[in-house]
Amino acid sequence: MQASVSSLSISHPNSTFPSNIRLCGLRQEALRIHSVSQLNKRESRRIRIVSRKSCLQKRLVSVSASASENCGPPKSFDYDLVIIGAGVGGHGAALHAVEKGLKTAIVEGDVVGGTCVNRGCVPSKALLAVSGRMRELQNEHHMKALGLQVAAAGYDRQAVADHANNLASKIRNNLTNSMRSLGVDILTGFGTILGPQKVKYGKVGFPNNVITAKDIIIATGSVPFVPRGIEVDGKTVITSDHALKLEVVPDWIAIVGSGYIGLEFSDVYTALGSEVTFIEALDLLMPGFDPEIGKLAQRVLIKPRKIDYHTGVFATKITPAKDGKPVIIELTDAKTKEPKDTLEVDAALIATGRAPFTKGLGLENINVETQRGFVPVDERMRVLDANGNLVPHLYCIGDANGKMMLAHAASAQGISVVEQVTGRDHVLNHLSIPAACFTHPEISMVGLTEPQAKEKAEKEGFEISIAKTSFKANTKALAENEGEGLAKLIYRPDSGEILGVHIFGMHAADLIHEASNAIALGTRVQDIKFAVHAHPTLSEVLDELFKSAKINASVTEPVGEPVAV
Amino acid sequence: MSHLLQTTFVPATSPSLRRPLTRTTHYPTRALHIQSKIREIFMPALSSTMTEGKIVSWIKSEGEKLSKGDSVVVVESDKADMDVESFYDGYLAAIMVDEGLSAPVGAPIALLAESEEEIAAALAQISSSSSAAPAPDPAPAPATAPDSSTSNDGPGAITGVSSASVSENFSSRSSVANGAMGSSVHPASEGGKRVVASPYAKKLAKEFGLDLRGLVGSGPNGRVVAKDVEAAVAAAAAAKVSASGAALASEITKPSGGGTAVDLGSVVPFTTMQNAVSRNMVESLSVPTFRVGYTITTDALDALYKKIKSKGVTMTAMLAKATALALVKHPIVNSSCRDGKSFTHNSNINIAVAVAIDGGLITPVLQDADKIDIYSLSRKWKELVDKARAKQLQPHEYNTGTFTLSNLGMFGVDRFDAILPPGTGAIMAVGASQPTLVGTKDGRIGLKNQMQVNVTADHRVIYGADLAAFLQTLAKIIEDPKDLTL
Repeated sequence: MQASVSSLSISHPNSTFPSNIRLCGLRQEALRIHSVSQLNKRESRRIRIVSRKSCLQKRLVSVSASASENCGPPKSFDYDLVIIGAGVGGHGAALHAVEKGLKTAIVEGDVVGGTCVNRGCVPSKALLAVSGRMRELQNEHHMKALGLQVAAAGYDRQAVADHANNLASKIRNNLTNSMRSLGVDILTGFGTILGPQKVKYGKVGFPNNVITAKDIIIATGSVPFVPRGIEVDGKTVITSDHALKLEVVPDWIAIVGSGYIGLEFSDVYTALGSEVTFIEALDLLMPGFDPEIGKLAQRVLIKPRKIDYHTGVFATKITPAKDGKPVIIELTDAKTKEPKDTLEVDAALIATGRAPFTKGLGLENINVETQRGFVPVDERMRVLDANGNLVPHLYCIGDANGKMMLAHAASAQGISVVEQVTGRDHVLNHLSIPAACFTHPEISMVGLTEPQAKEKAEKEGFEISIAKTSFKANTKALAENEGEGLAKLIYRPDSGEILGVHIFGMHAADLIHEASNAIALGTRVQDIKFAVHAHPTLSEVLDELFKSAKINASVTEPVGEPVAV
Repeated sequence: MSHLLQTTFVPATSPSLRRPLTRTTHYPTRALHIQSKIREIFMPALSSTMTEGKIVSWIKSEGEKLSKGDSVVVVESDKADMDVESFYDGYLAAIMVDEGLSAPVGAPIALLAESEEEIAAALAQISSSSSAAPAPDPAPAPATAPDSSTSNDGPGAITGVSSASVSENFSSRSSVANGAMGSSVHPASEGGKRVVASPYAKKLAKEFGLDLRGLVGSGPNGRVVAKDVEAAVAAAAAAKVSASGAALASEITKPSGGGTAVDLGSVVPFTTMQNAVSRNMVESLSVPTFRVGYTITTDALDALYKKIKSKGVTMTAMLAKATALALVKHPIVNSSCRDGKSFTHNSNINIAVAVAIDGGLITPVLQDADKIDIYSLSRKWKELVDKARAKQLQPHEYNTGTFTLSNLGMFGVDRFDAILPPGTGAIMAVGASQPTLVGTKDGRIGLKNQMQVNVTADHRVIYGADLAAFLQTLAKIIEDPKDLTL
């Protein structure tokens, strides 16, 4: 890819007409010389700078040029980088692109901020902040233990909903302003890829604008996934999009799916007085979490709360409430496919995951076929076409590629792409990306779970060890009367490499970064255990965790190359 | 028809008294009861806490023709006024409960005749049964199979059944209740074969070992919700205390007989509540208890009571306070032994006091009775009693007692003995304070007000000397009650 970038850069100032043919030919060649591309890196970067200047000079002319040309890559570009989708991924990419000196535009068909800011992480944190406090104030026992006396705590639903909404608009404005002030063009309308390096955008009913860009990043994100048979009416059968508006707090809500989204909402709803029934297709609640953490989390987050659950069942049919009838949920056994039970509840929240939002992107124009809606990419987020070949100058980041459906992963991928298009090869290590679930207490993790690590160890023939520490031994946690919690380290005793860290306990989401940074930088357990932590802080949980790990004394050489970030 | 209810604590559970569990009746049949072709309209249970309803107004008048679905009467429950509809065509033959009057849930309030000719027969029936229960057939009617056409084919089938049976009575009455409560029945309960209960209700039921089947819910569509479970548990708890001989006031004030006739010779399975009582009573047998009695002179207490009565102080609060103050000096009497291997020194002195409320008995708890002044304690007590009457006590307000007081003095009972409620260390039975002729140590004879108290305690942790010392302290406090008002 580096090679193809450099050769294209050379072609611009010359503006040779049959650049299309040259590009194709070069791209094939580029694949062949891929192994030596690293050697050309420095050279290519120098050439890049030249090309960028030429781009800027040609910008005015190119507008008319691009309008007249309907196919083939244009000779010069309106932008160095166009990002389709102004979510957290697109925003992260845009900011980094500006820092790298790229002329950048971002196309957004809805509102800036995408799912995370408007319908996801951000407003849900506002609700969880409320639920955390409610939970604390309602916990008489806890309050008494601290010597506090609190009269019956109550809440105003609309005010809580407003808090979430206000937070979303505040963050949205911050995002918009940060991009505007840096000179990122925010183009309104749905973006469609017309051909290589060419994007059309516009609102429905308005004339389309066509722009060209040297590189394009698809960052269109995802929408809530609703399985077949489920009728979402937005009132009684809802997705996270509706739930975050908190228009009602139902007495009894069924949550389909017990992953992050479902868990967080169960935390919110039970704190606000709802009773919750989980419906999980797998045999265990909280799939995807490390089993040990999941078990403990269940003991703390599910058992003592007004929650029951059905596992190993699909919600095959959900009918919204109408005509005085409640929401009816038909459960089917996941294995035998036989009807198992019927629930009638006041509301149902569909939290079965998210589906990529890639329709109408014009992928067919460049011969890209989505896989279950996801845009196929390689480890450098370069889009692959139907034949498995790289599509030049086209990248896809975030939920739309499905690699790791997390806002900060999208942003990291975006930064990685910008690094590449500005001439520095970069591969993102997804195992160093932390994830967090903001229940009370929180759950966080980075790297492999214990079963995953075991499988890898077996395959590759190494040993793994587990170290654990409890929050019960931590001064700060005990001072807060929040001793419930566990931190778990999965590592290689032979090399000291950290394979995974899982935390369940107070502020786990903030604590994980010491571990994720260690994984990202390749820090070994035997090195990090000498790092000093302030006393008394929750971070000492990790300090103790690292100190309790036993590394074979013979290890002296470092863990190979630190993983690049 | 109130005899069929036997004054249950939670009226809505009454339909389950004798019906097989599989028939929780979820057909929107209203007001039907077959007595030849004259049906009774019953007072419906419009909520789980409703025990009786007041007739706000009769929409139809006697002799008027009714069509299926017509509103016949407006009933005021503890929650709202609601229209009660007829599920049958016919004539409103006779109104048995006039406007402004109340009737217990399940009692007939009117008769419905199928034809005009039968109005006279209906009227005759009323006069013959002379207001007391026109009990159709005293036998429990096992002949009516649970899956008879009655419940499966809906109301239409009933019309053809000529012999009235007790079970039909029940199904019809509960149908009235369900129909009135939420216009639609459980869509998925398959005629009551399964329990529709909220997650928390299920959790609570499991915790309390309560069988949810047979419990009629007050939630949307008849769903069993947490408060239904709490009510059922409270009923069971109350019954437990009542059965422990603590205070049988309810039975005394409402003697069985008169309006509450029993089907003689019939075998009646336990209700959920009775099951809970039974379990608790059997459990109490595993606790080795003993009793110590004491006679206490109450002249000074009576005098103090007269003085501060105007400030809203109640005798119950004074007794609770005195007991709590004595317990402060004898913490062992406030302890409890749960596993037979260890015992707990309870950190708070929570005095549970048995109170008779209609249809049962409950033990509201005066928490920290030793720390709260007598005036606040009295106010708290009033509040608890009001809540108990409204059946709004929260679980912590009736199940956190560490020492129980039971007072039957108001009925003239001079001494009795109580069964120790499991999980607590001691219970004190308080008799009436009566003028007694006593000889004093200085050789005089005088009249003094005296009452007898009798403490039942768990001998695994509380020994005779403990109780004796405790009672001595209590007597001192009551005989010189100045500490009570501190």
